[in-house]
Amino acid sequence: MTSEASNIEAVHSGAFEEDHSVTNQALGFWLYLMSDLVIFSAIFATYAVLVNNTAGGPSAKDLFHLPYVFAETMLLLFSSATCGMAILALQSGKRNLVLAWFAVTFLLGLGFIVMEIHEFRSLILEGHGPEHSGFLSAFFTLVGTHGAHVTCGLIWMAVMMGQVIIKGLTIPVQSRLTRLSMFWHFLDIVWVAVFTIVYLMGVL
Amino acid sequence: MKLTPVGSSGASTGSLKSYTIGFILSIVLTAIAFGVVMSGNLSRSTVMFTIVGAAIAQILVHLHYFLHLNTSSEARLNVLGLVFTILIMLLFVGGSLWIMYNLNYRLM
Repeated sequence: MTSEASNIEAVHSGAFEEDHSVTNQALGFWLYLMSDLVIFSAIFATYAVLVNNTAGGPSAKDLFHLPYVFAETMLLLFSSATCGMAILALQSGKRNLVLAWFAVTFLLGLGFIVMEIHEFRSLILEGHGPEHSGFLSAFFTLVGTHGAHVTCGLIWMAVMMGQVIIKGLTIPVQSRLTRLSMFWHFLDIVWVAVFTIVYLMGVL
Repeated sequence: MKLTPVGSSGASTGSLKSYTIGFILSIVLTAIAFGVVMSGNLSRSTVMFTIVGAAIAQILVHLHYFLHLNTSSEARLNVLGLVFTILIMLLFVGGSLWIMYNLNYRLM
């Protein structure tokens, strides 16, 4: 039986059951986030080892523009806050408000991704692509992995907005929205480590 | 069978106040971190301590105010998972850097 089906059953079989399955799913998802954190720590370790191996090419100091990164950081931070607003709207059962806040979160996240793709594109066009040095390979892997996560989060958010429109705020939908918000806040935490270790320490 | 309702820390117990406090603290910590680096008139070690401190503080702010992780019994398994993950991460990152630094030193 799919989790979808067991969720719908949980809706019918009383408050205790549904609470149970939702909280267990949240814990399971939390454990997934923790394993994702281990992946990121491996990539961070790789980056820290390779950061000085510039192969005669540009180093972090020559490439990064902090005001640009600050703007990216603000986009992600604001999107984390609006995601929180969406969850508050969810708790008070306001369907349209949930949709509106997730739409704002989606646009902010999209802005972040567009800025990151633009940064990658201009680096590659200037001849500083990932093939140029160990440092650039590690940089593209680390920041790109985070960007891939944010992109997945955006796709997930679009799907969930569709589910809210079609299915309404049912228990399974609420449970998924809660996990989506955990994922989104988690990505912001990883970004704090990225901008500190890659960008701020890079230009230092 | 009594099972603790774990995972209710999963962004489901927030309030407007907690999100606002978390958001403002995050903005301030981000501004401090970028500010000390961009001002460029502080010593390297001061800047380093400040940005690492601001990052750790901001991660704790996010965990507490956005992900609602706390010391309550409901969040016990979540915290346990996080602590274990931090242990793995320290071994991972610390071990890699230690070994690679040593190799670099011996082969140069």
